[in-house]
Amino acid sequence: MFDTLRMKLWQKKQYIPDIKNAPIREQFRGLPILNNSKCNSCNICVNSCPTGAISINPLKIDMAKCTLCGKCKNLCENNAIEYSNFYKLAADSKEKLVVTQEITSEEYYKRAIEVRKEIYSIFNRSIKFRQVSAGGCNGCEMELNAVSNANFDMGRFGIEFVASPRHADGIVITGPITKNMAYALEDCYKSTPDPKVVILCGACAISGGVFQESLELNREFLDKYKIDLYIPGCPVHPLTFINAILDFIRKK
Amino acid sequence: MNYYVVKNNQRINLLDIPTIDFEILRAHLVATNLRVVAFFGADWGSDVKLFVALADDEKGEILLSSALINKSIKEYESITKDNHQYHMFEREFYEQFGIKPLNHPWLKPVRKNQDDYEFFEMEGEEVHQVAVGPIHAGVIEPGHFRFMCQGEKVYNLEIMLGYQHRGCEDLLVKKPSNQLAESICGDSLIAYNMAYSQIMEQLSGTEITTKAKLIRRIALEMERIAIHIGDMGAICGDIAYLMGKEVYAVTRTLVINTMLEISGSRFGKGLITVGGVNFDIDKKLSDKIIDVLSGVKKTVKQMTQAALISSTVRSRLEKTGVISKETATELALVGMIARSCGIEIDSRFDFCDEFYKDFEKKSFKATNDAYSRFKIRYKEIKESISFVKKLIKKLDEVRDENIIVSTKKLIPNSFALSIVEGWRGEIIHIATTNEQGELSRYKIKDSSFNNWYGLSMAVRNNGISDFPLCNKGFDLSYCGFDL
Repeated sequence: MFDTLRMKLWQKKQYIPDIKNAPIREQFRGLPILNNSKCNSCNICVNSCPTGAISINPLKIDMAKCTLCGKCKNLCENNAIEYSNFYKLAADSKEKLVVTQEITSEEYYKRAIEVRKEIYSIFNRSIKFRQVSAGGCNGCEMELNAVSNANFDMGRFGIEFVASPRHADGIVITGPITKNMAYALEDCYKSTPDPKVVILCGACAISGGVFQESLELNREFLDKYKIDLYIPGCPVHPLTFINAILDFIRKK
Repeated sequence: MNYYVVKNNQRINLLDIPTIDFEILRAHLVATNLRVVAFFGADWGSDVKLFVALADDEKGEILLSSALINKSIKEYESITKDNHQYHMFEREFYEQFGIKPLNHPWLKPVRKNQDDYEFFEMEGEEVHQVAVGPIHAGVIEPGHFRFMCQGEKVYNLEIMLGYQHRGCEDLLVKKPSNQLAESICGDSLIAYNMAYSQIMEQLSGTEITTKAKLIRRIALEMERIAIHIGDMGAICGDIAYLMGKEVYAVTRTLVINTMLEISGSRFGKGLITVGGVNFDIDKKLSDKIIDVLSGVKKTVKQMTQAALISSTVRSRLEKTGVISKETATELALVGMIARSCGIEIDSRFDFCDEFYKDFEKKSFKATNDAYSRFKIRYKEIKESISFVKKLIKKLDEVRDENIIVSTKKLIPNSFALSIVEGWRGEIIHIATTNEQGELSRYKIKDSSFNNWYGLSMAVRNNGISDFPLCNKGFDLSYCGFDL
């Protein structure tokens, strides 16, 4: 017992005090910064992007598809594409996930999530999620486990993952939604009591990511039900996730 | 017996692999005690060609052979009934090519047609079934577990997977990319990407620099350290030892944040590419890595000592989920789980990786239970930290080299096999090219493909409440199995 207590004293405080302004290492690949004037329309980035997220004239990156792999940046000889370490990437519609040259990170963040009245009035103090991995590679799942650890400690904001959809206010989907998981996912959605939200987490869930062309997917669920929040990333960084949920349920 | 003997990471001509009569091949596979690492079909005109790769761990060689199965043949006598390690391989072959192994003792769906799955059932007084999944209570991947219990005691556990099936093998043939290779199994992405890149380099005859090889291995060992620490925390969480859970979790954060400094992603996404690596580790970063890992080693040591001194921890871990060495050998378990059962296989050393040959591998006193699986992680963390330090020392000698070289076109009619020891165990990638120099077949075998059945055996005769602990001790991959 004394060894355990000694560990506790030795570890001290581990949590990040201000999660909204938490610093992140400069190497982190977050929001892309585009410079259209440097682009000479060579098409190398468009052809090499594994998910087809880039279009040119004018240069655009769709964060719904981007896996933040940085391949385009490495291949671009004119440095038209750079990555900033801005991690607040979530948005409440797919259109807002498109990054163009005109948008700075502040503007992107400002317009990304509008707090909806009904969400604010019901969930602003607390929201509980059921996570469904529908073909996820365990990358997003590990990061969603990490949001609850002593560093990020999402529980202090009243946001938690619960064991049953019956206890949940919404579901968080990771993975491209495989045929074999389509039924279970819908079942889980139906088991969640109203009012409920649906959140897509990671490039695979939002657009199919690198699995877009797979014949083993069944993404009908997304056409049937309203999606409330899109959180891009591959995998989603814990800070991206926590800030997205906080912006979604509380005023900025 | 006619075999073509190759080393790990060696390209050969596809047509050099001997094609022998299926009955002769079958007789030999039944008789041999060599470990099977691949048993898969490929379309061969209108027929099917069956490729077999056996591993000779002592010599560090891989033996290749094949048999042509005429399209008119729709069944054959199962190998599994005589040699149990073919169990999963034959089920997979049947599902992919529809050629039925007769008298296979456990011929059930692997990744498809889950509605047709018939579970093993027991009848009797106080016998009951517990069905769990596909969606589990925690934030983990989907899979279905069916327990046959009498009271609290588990008599049999049947595991039905396939929920994660995304068709990765076909996708890799259609549109190969590093990003896809990384997304097959996101917790072993360095190992998967390394195996994929090695395959593509072999198939195109590209020789990468020593520096790139070293950086890949540093990342591979750091992945092993990070995941092992995380798993030790998860094991502590499953036995409600919360101090251990939290301390290991925050210690893991230090390792993956260092990975972020190397590659811009916490898990090392985008680091490895065909032809080398995308990010350099300079002198400053090398010092940082050594510094962080020294701190991590100290914390893990203190935490593990504190945990193992605690009687509540030991009483839950010891003699829980025992799997005997004989069973492990019969099922051909691999990787860390095999090592925790006293089987010394480790493809880093067995297949003579040039960078590992002068590293010392310490012996491990296996007790075959959950305690053994906890301890082996601790041992491997310590070893990997010392390996990283040695690899960084070697990196100092090649600072001037490039990290990436340009790649060439794939060579037609080639076959390449790459084995990488991920943190779970061996990850095997095999690819063939056609006459036009395009990929024609891509086969992946995760170590979980062998080990899932081991988990079923481990929980037998244990209380059902110990299942989470056994499961976490194995920590097998769902998506690596389902592909």
